[in-house]
Amino acid sequence: MEDVRPVEDDCQAGHMQAAQAGHSRRNFIKGVIAAGASVSASSYVFKEGAVARAQAPGAVERLVTLTVNGRQRRVDVLPQETLATTLRYKLGLTGTKIGCDRSECGACTVLVDGVPQYSCSMLTHQVRGRALQTIEGLQAEDGTLHPIQQAVVDEQGFQCAFCMPGFVMNMVAMIDENPNPTRKEAAQFLSGNLCRCADYNKILNVALQGAEYTRRG
Amino acid sequence: MADYKLIGKPYSIADLVAKVTGRAKYAEDFRADGMLFAKLLSSPMPHGRVRSIDTSAAEAMPGVEAILTADDLPPVDAPGEAGLTNEPMYEGEPILAVAAVDETTAANAIEAIRVDMEPLPFAVDPLDSLRPGGSNARLDGNTMVNRELANVKWDDVDWAAIDRGEMQTNGEVAEEWEVGDVEAGLAEADLVIDETVFHQSMGHQPLESRTSMAYWQNGKCYLHTSTQSTQRTHGAAARGIGIAPEDLVLVAEYCGGGFGSKIFGSIQMKIPALLSQKAGKPVMMRITRQEEHFIGRARPGLQGRVKIGFRRDGRITAMDMFFVQDGGPYGMSGDYVVVPDQSTLMYQPLSHRFRGISVYTNTPPRSPQRAPGGLQAVSMFSPLMQKAAKELGIDPLEMIRINAPAGQAKLGRPDENGEQGNVSSAFVVEAADLAEQTFDWQAMRARSGQRNGTRVTGVGVALSSFNAGAWGMDGLLTIRPDGKVYIQQGIGNLGTGSVFDTGRAAMEALKTDWDQAEVIWGDTSKHLPWSIVQAGSNTIHTHTRTNYAAGEDARRKLQEIAAGDLGGSPDDYDVADGRVFRRGARSSGLSFAQAARRAIELGGRFDGHELPEDINAVTTGAATALAGLGLMGVARDNYPTGGRVISHAIGFAEVEVDVETGAVVLKDYRVSTDVGTVINPRGLAAQLHGGGIQGFSAALAQKWVYDRRWGLQVSKRFYTNRPPTILDVPHEQPMAWAAQDKPDPFNPMGAKGVGETAEGAGSGAVLCAIADALGDGYFNRTPLQLDLILTKIEQLPPAFSTLTAHV
Ligand code: FES
Ligand code: FES
Repeated sequence: MEDVRPVEDDCQAGHMQAAQAGHSRRNFIKGVIAAGASVSASSYVFKEGAVARAQAPGAVERLVTLTVNGRQRRVDVLPQETLATTLRYKLGLTGTKIGCDRSECGACTVLVDGVPQYSCSMLTHQVRGRALQTIEGLQAEDGTLHPIQQAVVDEQGFQCAFCMPGFVMNMVAMIDENPNPTRKEAAQFLSGNLCRCADYNKILNVALQGAEYTRRG
Repeated sequence: MADYKLIGKPYSIADLVAKVTGRAKYAEDFRADGMLFAKLLSSPMPHGRVRSIDTSAAEAMPGVEAILTADDLPPVDAPGEAGLTNEPMYEGEPILAVAAVDETTAANAIEAIRVDMEPLPFAVDPLDSLRPGGSNARLDGNTMVNRELANVKWDDVDWAAIDRGEMQTNGEVAEEWEVGDVEAGLAEADLVIDETVFHQSMGHQPLESRTSMAYWQNGKCYLHTSTQSTQRTHGAAARGIGIAPEDLVLVAEYCGGGFGSKIFGSIQMKIPALLSQKAGKPVMMRITRQEEHFIGRARPGLQGRVKIGFRRDGRITAMDMFFVQDGGPYGMSGDYVVVPDQSTLMYQPLSHRFRGISVYTNTPPRSPQRAPGGLQAVSMFSPLMQKAAKELGIDPLEMIRINAPAGQAKLGRPDENGEQGNVSSAFVVEAADLAEQTFDWQAMRARSGQRNGTRVTGVGVALSSFNAGAWGMDGLLTIRPDGKVYIQQGIGNLGTGSVFDTGRAAMEALKTDWDQAEVIWGDTSKHLPWSIVQAGSNTIHTHTRTNYAAGEDARRKLQEIAAGDLGGSPDDYDVADGRVFRRGARSSGLSFAQAARRAIELGGRFDGHELPEDINAVTTGAATALAGLGLMGVARDNYPTGGRVISHAIGFAEVEVDVETGAVVLKDYRVSTDVGTVINPRGLAAQLHGGGIQGFSAALAQKWVYDRRWGLQVSKRFYTNRPPTILDVPHEQPMAWAAQDKPDPFNPMGAKGVGETAEGAGSGAVLCAIADALGDGYFNRTPLQLDLILTKIEQLPPAFSTLTAHV
């Protein structure tokens, strides 16, 4: 396993979650380098754009198949493209939010093989062949809400809700790992997500209520 | 308490399912065919003049479609802010914007643009600008005096004392007033507290940055944006773009946080709008976290000195305060004037004096931030109240009661006749009594000073009072032939729930179930009435009034229609459960659907073809567009007013301070409040606790750090300027709250707002609790971070002066 300690202190907010998920900014940067691109300090800046790309086709295969919310999706991906960008701008899955684009807030959290990951800090090329789940994939076909979603509605969870998709995905992972968490355990599990409306009291109510709904089945 | 059908009852908020399934669309979630992306070129220096811009290399790049500079923007008078500038006044201020086929190309174009800049003198600490010979943040002055730009220097001030951390109060100020005789009040006091105080500046940091997407169609601009308000933002955004309001459609159904920074949020909206006009294609401007940090607005910091006189029994005889405000480059916030305003209310001093000045600095622009001035007042003064209470041997909660405002208490700056204003209601003693019982304050107090290894328990209590409502806006609804009540809301949807909560006032007037209501909001093409800004905790009070007024108007019309069709007089009829019916004979009546069809047949005032004369022109326009769709309820809020609407909260915090490491753990937080009638208990709890935690953030966490030599900031992201995480707040058991549910006499349902009041209560209580844990550990500065706490514990000399900004 890779060294999962954050090597740059800009992982603070996501430290715990990153460690849980076996993912770090170092891995992300390694991934970028492996994919044949370099990462800039500026969040959204890619060194090779749509125009440049057309002139110099990359060495990495760009047309990839992703499994998102149980469906296979073919998508054209730049070597240095983050999963958050692909989800939001290529697949139209705008439920996943970008709050910082740099592992600081957790708004972009999605599940990769059931593990919560910051999709802003993960390359789309890293998730080929893995099962991705986003907020759009929680509701059942018949419209039934996932127990965590139901708990949000019942508890009037969250305020502006920009952090909500990330928190909810992390909660889904939480009840999978610990179906009966204490309030403190839930807080620890969710500590990689930031809520600027600071609705933490209700967020913990939602987490415990959602866990209970799940246990009741 | 009145017997309400809807008010005070929890219910399911209509937009939650959209939010929790990812279907809710925020500004950055919109796409348009051919959409370009904008990137900003921002100032690398705190103050400079653009000598020349060479865009030739960028323009030659394939995929670059338009470049917008300050010269393309409608002019703005000094000291106003344009959005793009040739004289940037803070690091990170946008100079120009590029639109290109994708963000990478736009960013590469930004890299290829050469801007030649002449550095200009700068000031990041307001005191540096007041020093004789000190440089100014602006070339045209460092402050405003009598609404004119002016240059103020403090020549006869003991600067050596200021450098030692003792604020001097003989420098020239821009504002001053006095109520009663402060010198006499201080002279008769048994105890005078005299302290230099410092409150930091801090960014709003909403999780959603201020992103917008714009396109033009048939001469109209369509703007998808992130703003707190809607109807009021519309006018501001149109002005910024330089078009008539009727040529702008503004869509903002969801907003990912604003906290005052997006009341209009219109300054940057013009950039994608004008880029789109220039390029002839839609433009999305996504703001990065780092850009948001600079352009995303901030609360002004304060440097000051305060003297408070107390009688032996705890009553405050005098408050004398002197403040310098860190105004940012455009100086748009009046926090320093609000501090005395709110203090005169919270502490009811027998005499009071204020002197203050706001000084321009080359730091990010200021705007109101949740409880502007109110938060700073509570953070600075609560620990002083606690200190006095200790010296006088008085329970700090009793100290709050002794000085508490009651009823229509007086507050604020006197008018030209020397008269102060008053509030509509204050039930502070009652909130204290409620807390005493519900929270067992005496048991909490008994834990003060308890040691657990190296950790010492401290408890603190603080009163916070802040604005909670306005009046005079309009309500508008239609009851349509589908039997539903369509409530038009011009306020925004920040997730507080108030856009729905206030709509319930209309249904309360109609005594009809909530599932028969549809709330229309967030899109100015949907005909929204004249509304208050979604800010200042105004909406709950202001728009329960408007919607109740519209509901009452609709009810009268329903009664008139029923009387006309079924005989008798309107008063013989009642309205409830989606029907108008004869009193005592429920089966004789009309359903809302039937009445709506009759209203359309009758026309005139029944269906909005004739409108009241006293409504705002904006409402007239909206109502005219809706005329003929059904029975219209439309009215200006003409309910009686009884003074400024203010709510009150008392926060109680329990902390553990590790006296070896200086670490603070927040163990518990409880809050008791006077918010009038509770409209939505879950929404209220969210405001009380969320606001309280933002208060913790002000007390303990957020600040800026500047490299003073270069005027550059080193704390530009969440991780260097970090708001609390879930582990930083009490999380082992739920936080408690209590509300008295005592109606405000000047609202049809007795409602008052709460969002802002909540923040100071959290901040003040935590600051007091930490000071309590350290015995008499009074601190003169916020935020209270490890360095200050350890310096105090170790009794070391401070590393920097109390008055130094941005360290
Ligand atoms: S962690 Fe903030 S957007 Fe990814
Ligand atoms: S609800 Fe607004 S950021 Fe969490």
